[in-house]
Amino acid sequence: MNERHGYKMKLKNHRGFILLLLLLIIPLVAESNYLYSTLVIIGLYAIIVQGLGILMGYAGQVSFGHAAFFGLGGYTAAILTTRFHWPTLLALFASAILPGIIAGLIGRQTLKLRELYLALATLSFGILVHIFFNEGGELTGGPSGMSGIPNLSIGSFEFDSDQKFYMLVWLVLLMLLIGIYNLVHSRTGRALCSIRESEYAAENAGIDCARLKLQAFVFSALLAGLAGGLYAFYVTFISPSPFSFHTSVQFVLMAVIGGLGTFWGPVIGAVVVVALNELLREIVPLLIPGAGGEYQIIIYGVILVGLMIFQPKGLSGIGQYFRIPLKKQLKTDVKIRG
Amino acid sequence: MGEQLLQLLFTGLTLGSIYSIIALTLVTTFNVTGILNLAQGEFVVIGALLAVSLQGTGMPIIAVFIVSVILVAILGGLLERLTIYRARGASNLSMLIITIGLSISLRGLALLIWGTETYSLPAFSEGGSKIVGGAALNPQSIWIFALVAVTLTGLYGFLGHTFWGKAVKASVYNQTGARLQGINLNTISFLAFVAAGGLGAAAGVSIAPITMVTYDMGFMLGVKGFVAAAIGGLSNVGGAVIGGILLGILESFSSGLISSGLKDAISMIILLGVLLFRPEGIIGAIRERKI
Repeated sequence: MNERHGYKMKLKNHRGFILLLLLLIIPLVAESNYLYSTLVIIGLYAIIVQGLGILMGYAGQVSFGHAAFFGLGGYTAAILTTRFHWPTLLALFASAILPGIIAGLIGRQTLKLRELYLALATLSFGILVHIFFNEGGELTGGPSGMSGIPNLSIGSFEFDSDQKFYMLVWLVLLMLLIGIYNLVHSRTGRALCSIRESEYAAENAGIDCARLKLQAFVFSALLAGLAGGLYAFYVTFISPSPFSFHTSVQFVLMAVIGGLGTFWGPVIGAVVVVALNELLREIVPLLIPGAGGEYQIIIYGVILVGLMIFQPKGLSGIGQYFRIPLKKQLKTDVKIRG
Repeated sequence: MGEQLLQLLFTGLTLGSIYSIIALTLVTTFNVTGILNLAQGEFVVIGALLAVSLQGTGMPIIAVFIVSVILVAILGGLLERLTIYRARGASNLSMLIITIGLSISLRGLALLIWGTETYSLPAFSEGGSKIVGGAALNPQSIWIFALVAVTLTGLYGFLGHTFWGKAVKASVYNQTGARLQGINLNTISFLAFVAAGGLGAAAGVSIAPITMVTYDMGFMLGVKGFVAAAIGGLSNVGGAVIGGILLGILESFSSGLISSGLKDAISMIILLGVLLFRPEGIIGAIRERKI
């Protein structure tokens, strides 16, 4: 039974990887910069939400401050390349490492807090970092930000087009997916799940919860920083506004909408939220002539509330109603809840 | 120098009173329902903006105050029935996201109706500032102090001397015990949101003559409320009120003496500090009494 289940899962995910490879090939045929740039953004968000998914979905710890790590990564890359003229690749590494170090420093104390208190603490960390971007003066360029970030280059190869950047981002995401697939099916992955279910039980089973939670936190910060660095090299301009509390909320939404603790959840969440934003921008003015961004915001909020009321486990859960017989569904229900 | 400090103290007390009321509603809803209501700041803003529109129709300011408090109280109750009640039993995270969704929608609604302009309300009473000890005291500040006093007296009267008040108190102390006594927690949750809407609006209408109102100031007001509540330990109404006033004074002094750009940073640092090093709140002494 177990063997068969495991086999099935693998098969399903192989299918998924083929889907991703298709995504890598599609743009070779299509030629639309709008499509590329949307896909780059989706890819960057998916990288962040993958990390957040490990933290929230597996280790069960909430963070409303990941836009801060995203921004710290972006600003690290921007400052190192424009002010200190580091090679771009080295700056990209630094943009992942620095948020990781900061997460390591604040993590041990912060992760002692539970649920809503943790949410509040990460939220205030995010706001604090956002204020720092705005008030950083010379260092961060203040509210108007800084421009002139060079293109990312490896050796003599320069990522100077949307298409090349798209390939890079989705390649990173693909490698990340494979790594995360292995991680969640390893001893560490099961240990993380046990923390989510019950910290006391996990401690009794000999799991060092504090250490593991910290590792998950640092890992998610590294990924957010990496995505931030990539973002800075992609748009070659950086300002505080994309790294506000609302971005943090969007990341949590993506993780929750996709389905916490599911393999494909983060990617689905990133696609759905970005697509929803784009669709609302396109469709709302057609339905209500003369409507501005206000309607978009209202509908966005309403969809959010509705989703939490009617489908709190996220979109990955919807498939269960159709495919899996009741007996099995009850079992997965028990597994997902947390 | 002495006058300047006194002036900053007056500003801080005024601002702090508003934070107190917001923190008080947050703590009440949190203890009764387990929900951190991130849409609380939106109630404050919508109350203030409604008052601006009502005032435009030529109503006297007292009627404006009462009508907008009632309308936002209804809005609070309505939203509770439409969302929180329907999602009862969901995880804390889902509830938090629901209130975030509500706050986004309400902000969008405010933008739709009132646009991005900055509005102002006339003060509740005519006449210029009074000079107290060399510093100017805005008469509106006195109204705000009165509002806090009335709210607190009313709350203690309600909790101590009415049936529903005692039911609310019981569900704050022990939810299971309250349910065993036949108290319907759904009704209590509804009452908490009605009160949160009404009190939020009262705070908004009172502060509008001093700070001006824009559609997007709700979020930061809500967060300040959280800071105040956290100082008091999140489960302590008295602590929340003191926390709010402390926060207001700290903000006023830091922006007056250091830099106004760092005003928000200071409250965030306080929040982080309290959560990390004294999660039971700074005012731990009165902790054993939750309400």
